[in-house]
Amino acid sequence: MEKYIFYAFAAILLFSATMVITVRNPVRAALFLVLAFFTSAGIWLMLEAEFLAITLVLVYVGAVMVLFLFVVMMLNVNLTPVQEGFTRYLPLGILVAALITAEMIAVLGASHFGLDIVSAPIAHGANYSNTKELGRLLYTVYVYPFEIASVILTVAIVAAITLTLRRKTSKFQDPGKQVKVRREDRVRLVKMDAVKPKPPAVASEETAS
Amino acid sequence: MTFSIPNIAFALPEMVLLGFGCALLLIVAYVDRAPQGSGFIAYWFSQATFVITGLVIFQGMGGEGGQTFNGGYIKDGLSDILKLAICLINMVVLLYSRHYLQARGLFTGAYYILAVFATLGMLIMVSAYHFLTLYLGLELLSLCLYAIVAMHRDNKIATEAAMKYFILGALASGMLLYGMSIIYGATGSLAIPEVAEAILSGSVNRVVLNFGLVFLVVGIGFKLGAVPFHMWLPDVYDGAPTAMTLFIATAPKIAGFAMIIRLLAEGLGGAHAHWQTLLIILAVLSMVIGNLAAIAQTNIKRMLAYSTISHVGFILLGVLVGTAEGYAAAMFYVLAYVLMTLGGFGMILLMSRAGFEADNITDYQGLGQRYPWFAMMMMILMFSMAGVPPMVGFFAKFAVINAAVDAGLMPIAIVAPKTFQWALSVNALAVLGLGFFPGALLALCTRIFM
Amino acid sequence: MIDLLMSIVDWVTAQTVLYTMIKIVAIIAPLLLTVAYVTYAERKVIGYIQVRIGPNRVGPFGLLQPIADGLKLMLKEVILPAKSNMYLFVIAPVLAIAPALAAWAVMPFDATLTLANIDAGLLYILAITSMGVYGIIIAGWASNSKYALLGALRSAAQVVSYEIAMGFALVGVLVAAGSLNMGDIVLAQQGGFWHWYWLPLLPLFVVYFISGVAETNRAPFDMAEGESEIVAGFHVEYSGMAFAVFFLAEYADMILISMLAAVLFCGGWLSPFEGTFLADFFAWVPGIIWLFMKTSFFLFLYLWFRATFPRYRYDQVMRLGWKIFIPVTLVWLVVVSTAQVMDVGIWFNEQADALRAAL
Repeated sequence: MEKYIFYAFAAILLFSATMVITVRNPVRAALFLVLAFFTSAGIWLMLEAEFLAITLVLVYVGAVMVLFLFVVMMLNVNLTPVQEGFTRYLPLGILVAALITAEMIAVLGASHFGLDIVSAPIAHGANYSNTKELGRLLYTVYVYPFEIASVILTVAIVAAITLTLRRKTSKFQDPGKQVKVRREDRVRLVKMDAVKPKPPAVASEETAS
Repeated sequence: MTFSIPNIAFALPEMVLLGFGCALLLIVAYVDRAPQGSGFIAYWFSQATFVITGLVIFQGMGGEGGQTFNGGYIKDGLSDILKLAICLINMVVLLYSRHYLQARGLFTGAYYILAVFATLGMLIMVSAYHFLTLYLGLELLSLCLYAIVAMHRDNKIATEAAMKYFILGALASGMLLYGMSIIYGATGSLAIPEVAEAILSGSVNRVVLNFGLVFLVVGIGFKLGAVPFHMWLPDVYDGAPTAMTLFIATAPKIAGFAMIIRLLAEGLGGAHAHWQTLLIILAVLSMVIGNLAAIAQTNIKRMLAYSTISHVGFILLGVLVGTAEGYAAAMFYVLAYVLMTLGGFGMILLMSRAGFEADNITDYQGLGQRYPWFAMMMMILMFSMAGVPPMVGFFAKFAVINAAVDAGLMPIAIVAPKTFQWALSVNALAVLGLGFFPGALLALCTRIFM
Repeated sequence: MIDLLMSIVDWVTAQTVLYTMIKIVAIIAPLLLTVAYVTYAERKVIGYIQVRIGPNRVGPFGLLQPIADGLKLMLKEVILPAKSNMYLFVIAPVLAIAPALAAWAVMPFDATLTLANIDAGLLYILAITSMGVYGIIIAGWASNSKYALLGALRSAAQVVSYEIAMGFALVGVLVAAGSLNMGDIVLAQQGGFWHWYWLPLLPLFVVYFISGVAETNRAPFDMAEGESEIVAGFHVEYSGMAFAVFFLAEYADMILISMLAAVLFCGGWLSPFEGTFLADFFAWVPGIIWLFMKTSFFLFLYLWFRATFPRYRYDQVMRLGWKIFIPVTLVWLVVVSTAQVMDVGIWFNEQADALRAAL
């Protein structure tokens, strides 16, 4: 049973990954990437890595790809010129890809990473909380890399803001001032005498004639 | 895996730097609203940060070393010296680049924030004793450098340079990561001493290990700009504003050297025979192509970039020897190289004004008549890069080649000086052709590519 | 074909699958009925707030109005706009409603009434609800209409922004409860009204509920639909049943947010009279009734907001999310963590820890 589910997920994953690079419309490519993430999350679930699987969906599917789609939709990218020469380079591409695949199968295949060499991880019971164990490791043994990762994210924000923010050209409002505004600042009551209309009789006669 | 409370005292320099970096972030956020901008305060604050961090490192120098953070961090003689060098070099870099940045409207707090965090990344790399920490330090450094190169965002060339740097840097990181993961598959650990132990015990599958090793070396080659992977380097050095080039060309190389030592010498020392062959190719090609291509350049920044490539070849030459003597020579070389590059780009910064980038070699014609003192300095720097005897560059090259010869790598050791002898004579001929000395002094100096 | 299937699926698995199916129907069918009557309640409540009567023609008190509306929508033609992306246009409503329904899988209705009692329940809900935005964004894009695209972009930006504040608010809950399991979170609040998390996590509670309103694109955060600005936003080109599906998804999400507020901050199925002299008096009330009452209260708040507040302007929404909610949640997270370590009050004391450890 589990095997068949795995093969189903794997087939969808490979299919969607192929579609990401072959489909013409960038929006559809991005959506296939979403599908690829989702199915790989499914495979992780089967590996009992439920925390990672859910985080993959939460972060990549729920946030990163949404923003990605956002940009793709706004930019209206036309991929046709980029894909020119696709058929021309296709034979070479296939050759290189086949070579790499062959090498990887030779080196990373079952002969070196098979179950008899690298033992399978122990299957844990239903009470085993993957999430708890991950948290425990992250905040003890791997606290140093964890902190560095947070610094990296901070720097990423700083870099992104530095490269995009142009304070001088953008208009912004100060909500504090908006709230503080009183009626006297905006409206002025002016006393004026009522303007009486001129007697129209003479004028109307002239225009009529 | 058991957990032990980390010995925080070892990592004090990084923590001080991080604390000051965060403080700088806050200060800049508040001062940025001021009409004169935050550059001035940020400049002095980051200088103070480097001074204090340097003092902390100096204080801990020679004291007891060791690992902490569950093997993620190491404090040893290598890390102490390199960290101190990084802090000092960055202080000088900030000093040199200040007026250049002011003249181009780049004198903002953001540059200094990125510089401080980049320095943090370098320190982390130097002290990393775990593949994960090493990689994260590298990413922290790289991210800051991409942003620093792209900071002059209205300049098309700078943006293009940043783009190239970013894409190839990301590719290199991918290679490195892939190599690390395969080595993890082969040895079952990411901690550098454990990897070394596993390899020495002989229980590791050699095919898998070598497969990972190739990716690792390619990643290092990309990051350092060794020859088959050097294409980005001249474009980035040329395209980035000179102050940014100065930053990326100096201290990060020290961190890069530390990365090679940690990865190849300490981690994969047992597979020395395998990576030696790879490094020989990289080193020889870098020295030859770097030197030859430098001759053809008309832009001094590009020329210095190619000179960097050849220097990288020399550094790799020192490392590939695989003896303590070789590592020491390579370390001496990298420090000497950083000093020389600091001077070289510093001279370009000195000659640049608002609206004028002194980046063509012809811009330096007649420097000897107008500013004989600077021309003299320039000559000394260029001679040093070329390896003319009384300068430090000569001793660095001598040490590296000496180590190579001692280790019986005669053929490569001959290739190294031969290329620059040959190139030197081309230059000498050019000088003869020019005929008169003082005015052409600079042309001579600058065209001595190494 | 059947033989092949039978060879893959043994009898026990088939039974489990069947039971699960029945349970799913038992959750979804009442849910959809509730959606129908929430729309009725909305029109009635807003009607009374605005001194009108609201629907009163179909059936007694207009009680059959939602059924009539449903029938009408079902009979209407689904129009596919010319030059729209047909495939995505059709799949978008499905993508909108699927996560809205899937999130109910981990909802604890009572101590034992849960479809899937998984450890990372809260995380699962966060992940699944974050996918709802795809329905909106794809609908907007596939319609090939300016208004729809603008509405979709507004909505996507808004949902992604508020997800952060909402996520942080939920992190506060899990720090306090020490678990991601929804049932355990409820049990950690045992002890009556003053033991629930709404009090110690009050800022997070407020942030959570307002973010929830923003996440579901409801007034006053309904710029994604903004009738007066962009007609009706992302679903302007949809008609008939396709439109009805979006409608269902929106209301199912509202009910989900309300019930989550009840579970995470207001003790879920626990009685509010626990620990008081009234506890025995109300002991006969099943937990699920308490849960539904609490949920109804939050749903009423939704309607109340809609009738009371004027719509936010777009930049104000973003400012509220990024510059106010996120800092507030971050600060309160520090407070909660400190309280947790220092064993403060009746929520974080050692007794509560012991209870948690026993879970």
